[in-house]
Amino acid sequence: MSGPLPLKVEAVRQFRRRRTMVAFGFLLLLPWILVIAFQLGGGGPDEDGRMSLADVATTSGLNFALFTLFVSTGFLLVVTVALFCGDTVASEAGWSSLRYLLAAPVPRARLLRQKLAVALGYATAAVLALPLMALLAGTLVFGWSDITLPTGGTYPAESAFGRMAIIVGYSLVSQLVVAALAFLLSVVTDSPLGAVGGAVGLVIISNILDAVTALGDWRDLLPTRFTYAWLDALQPDISWNGMIQGASLSVTYAVVLFALAFRHFRGKDVTS
Amino acid sequence: MRGRWVAGAAAVGVLAAGGGFVLLSDDEPPVRREAVRVEVVDGPKDDQKVALDATFYKPVGVEKAPAVMLAHGFGGSKESQAGAAVKLARQGYAVLTWSARGFGRSEGEIALNSPDYEVKDTRQLIDWLAERPEVRLDGTGDPRVGMAGPSYGGAISLLTAAYDGRVDAIVPSITWHDLSQSLMPQGVFKKLWAGLFFTGESDGSTACGRFLPAVCEMYQEVARTGRPTDEARDLLRESSPAIAPPVRAPMLLIQGQSDSLFPLDQADHNARAAKGPVSVVWYQGGHDGGEQETERLAGLTSDWFDHYLNNEKGITLPPAFTVTRAGGVDSRNGRQSVVAATADAYPGLENATRELPLEGGQQAVQNPAGGVPASISALPGLGALSSLGSLGGAFSLDMSGQNASFTTEPLDTALRVTGSPALRVKTDREATLFAKLYDVSPDGRAALARRLAAPVKIDGEGDVVLPALDYEFSRGHRLRVVLSTTDYGFSSPAEPLTYEISAVSGLSVPSAPSLSAPAPRPPVWVWIAPAVALAVAAGLLVPRRRRRQDDFDEASAEVPLRIEGLTKTYRNGYKAVDDVSFRVEKGQVLGLLGPNGAGKTTTLRMLMGLIHPDGGEIRIFGHRVGPGAPVLARLGSFVEGPGFLPHLSGRDNLELYWRATGRPAGDSRMEEALEVAALTDEALARPVRTYSQGMRQRLAIAQAMLGLPDLLVLDEPTNGLDPPQIRQMREVLVRYAEAGRTVIVSSHLLSEVEQTCDRVVVMARGRKVADGPVAEIVGGRGLEDVFLEIIGSRA
Repeated sequence: MSGPLPLKVEAVRQFRRRRTMVAFGFLLLLPWILVIAFQLGGGGPDEDGRMSLADVATTSGLNFALFTLFVSTGFLLVVTVALFCGDTVASEAGWSSLRYLLAAPVPRARLLRQKLAVALGYATAAVLALPLMALLAGTLVFGWSDITLPTGGTYPAESAFGRMAIIVGYSLVSQLVVAALAFLLSVVTDSPLGAVGGAVGLVIISNILDAVTALGDWRDLLPTRFTYAWLDALQPDISWNGMIQGASLSVTYAVVLFALAFRHFRGKDVTS
Repeated sequence: MRGRWVAGAAAVGVLAAGGGFVLLSDDEPPVRREAVRVEVVDGPKDDQKVALDATFYKPVGVEKAPAVMLAHGFGGSKESQAGAAVKLARQGYAVLTWSARGFGRSEGEIALNSPDYEVKDTRQLIDWLAERPEVRLDGTGDPRVGMAGPSYGGAISLLTAAYDGRVDAIVPSITWHDLSQSLMPQGVFKKLWAGLFFTGESDGSTACGRFLPAVCEMYQEVARTGRPTDEARDLLRESSPAIAPPVRAPMLLIQGQSDSLFPLDQADHNARAAKGPVSVVWYQGGHDGGEQETERLAGLTSDWFDHYLNNEKGITLPPAFTVTRAGGVDSRNGRQSVVAATADAYPGLENATRELPLEGGQQAVQNPAGGVPASISALPGLGALSSLGSLGGAFSLDMSGQNASFTTEPLDTALRVTGSPALRVKTDREATLFAKLYDVSPDGRAALARRLAAPVKIDGEGDVVLPALDYEFSRGHRLRVVLSTTDYGFSSPAEPLTYEISAVSGLSVPSAPSLSAPAPRPPVWVWIAPAVALAVAAGLLVPRRRRRQDDFDEASAEVPLRIEGLTKTYRNGYKAVDDVSFRVEKGQVLGLLGPNGAGKTTTLRMLMGLIHPDGGEIRIFGHRVGPGAPVLARLGSFVEGPGFLPHLSGRDNLELYWRATGRPAGDSRMEEALEVAALTDEALARPVRTYSQGMRQRLAIAQAMLGLPDLLVLDEPTNGLDPPQIRQMREVLVRYAEAGRTVIVSSHLLSEVEQTCDRVVVMARGRKVADGPVAEIVGGRGLEDVFLEIIGSRA
């Protein structure tokens, strides 16, 4: 006999939700929308002369996947991760099913642990689904060749998978802080919208503060400071510094936020 | 014209301030300085008296300190070095800055760092330093002294150290080894730079300005004809370390990678001529502009002096060879970073490791009449357009028909070139050519690897040495050597000519594989912060309460429910349950009766472990109830309405709920429970969100009955049921209790309780107000009357 609320049960409970379907559907559709956009827009470099991933997006499937990830990291993936982690407990409270789970009885810490594991699992799948579909779409439409770096060089396709793995892996870790905040809010509030919106709102505020250059080095403490550090993996020699700092910051915030979530839920009066 | 003037102004600015200095904040210790005029005697016959305008900066915090002489760049004055001087004074050095003869408020005329003039001046400045009480002496008249300066000031540092053994360490930057080779490389006149150099000091009254007449006449002659003369070459060589005695003082040579005036090969010659310790630094800037790396260079300079002048311990000496490179883009601000690659040995410029075959064949190339239009490679000041030249994409111009190009195969791996690539070329007649190196990307775009051109004169067969650089060619890219007949920065033959040019060798490519850039270390907090977070998390999650001894009470193991002194006050101060005690025996159907707000639901929530009681305790079969208590498995509950996942069907909801309890599937008694729900198979297969209120109600009661729990708690079970269903429900509950199980029904409906229950607990305003068998409490009257009386009398 397994413990209460096995992961498989929780996964099935969440899977057939419209929310899950729509989120994955959108993430799997987005690369094709971008493909169409690039096809309609034709070629032509940026007017401002700066080189970016957008300029080289159509050079290969790998480049297209990178571009898709680049335009999604700042907001789309944040919303997706916040959705899976912020909704998980709050929606149960909203449906009143939470109290029956607790009285089943599922011990509170175990309930949170299992729900968190499943939510993180779905969030991970979502973060993986996007670049994988983009890679598929990009390769079918733009072909398979070396990565063209926006700084001018190229990177051999054979070893590009390693870099892609680093990039996606870092993206996952850097989203951990969003996941943790959404999860904490999900435990504190009974409103799924509040939990998801709160986490996304914090990311927006962090991004705004990041633009305040007067804050100087204090900005290195902002949770979104190193969101794009994975671009360092696109340089001929990987520069780990930004990614290490970003991962450390994300893990630090996440550990504390998760602990707060468990502590709050442990002593909470469930009245929903 | 205006464009050129602006470019020229920018370049002179660089000449003057190339060494750079840091602005200091005001809260640092004040530096005492003293403006002095030092009388010196110089000239070939030592008969010319000149007063030099100088400033002496006293060392901060030391009685006797080593001295550092900071020389300024061409066009500057002693004030150009004021910032650097203050900084060194605060580091404990006595610092002397001065305006060289012909500059600032010093007297005399510019002799281009001639051994007869400027060198004699600086040697007398060293004499002057030896007299200062603040300056530490190595011997009588021999102060401990170092010299540093950019460009013109770098050359005087080298020349003074060459002619005067008292100089103990020097840091010359962006300067020349052979001034004639710098202004007339390979006998080709570098007209643009030379023009800026010699006309920049004109005060407007005469063309020669403050130059020594002989120097000025030399320049005018060469500029007029575009052909260097032997006299000019000799005069410029006079002012060059190339013909001076070798320098024995430790020498830190800093040269710019964006420098078409004094390219890297000048520092290479200086390094090879030196007899003392030498370190070479190639930084990103130079006379053409670019990233100045002020902080890094100031740090290297003070390290050098700290070690060689101050004998300070624990100083990491700059390694033998440092090359700064465009590093990664900082993802936080999109800015390109600069990283320093270092090696323990300086390999020189011709450390060729491989030869790449060149394609191109014989090409006919035109030299246009008058040398115009000219190709453009470097322009003074133009390097500043792209802050890091090695990024490529730099602006350049080649005139069609005026150049031969030879290209390698695409590279199968990335190739870093460090030094001067070279090839052998054949021409059918004497040709003046300008050699440049291009980076050709796979799509055919070509960009100058560095905006530098090396002039070369070839008659027959000869070597072409390309400008020294440090540059990485990506995999798949090709190297292209372009030999152009013209270059905007140089004089080239005016006669229209056609050359036949061919490459007779491959391109030999030098490298410095020992150069390595240490990976930048992340700050320490990246390791500490997660550890601290884990500690904080552990602190937050310390168990609040140890499991108590009396969690199980043997005596009441057969009592389905016993509540004692139960109290709950909500955070807003509302006392929902106040000292409630009652017990329920096996086989009973207990009615919990009370108006809305009586505390029934709060009591049931505490019973389910959802709410923490403030006082009292609840025991189910002797086990204390708390959140997630295992004994809750013996409780089936339906409180305050159903709770289902709306997207799942009724059957899936029940099945997943049972699986969530973690109990064996065989124990669920699913079919019996579903019988109570009285839902059709079709309804059970639909998502719950399509259900009516009554259907959900029945499904929820069925869920509570899953596994046939020993204690069943139902809150308002008949809400939303129609009369036949209510009747049916009553029968179900009575039958359920008859099997030895226990049922608690909470309701505000008197008739409900009266018809279903055999015992009743009445609650009002959080308190228990009556408890007993229904028949006893009713006593022949209607329960309603009794109920109203009870709660009314306590009101």
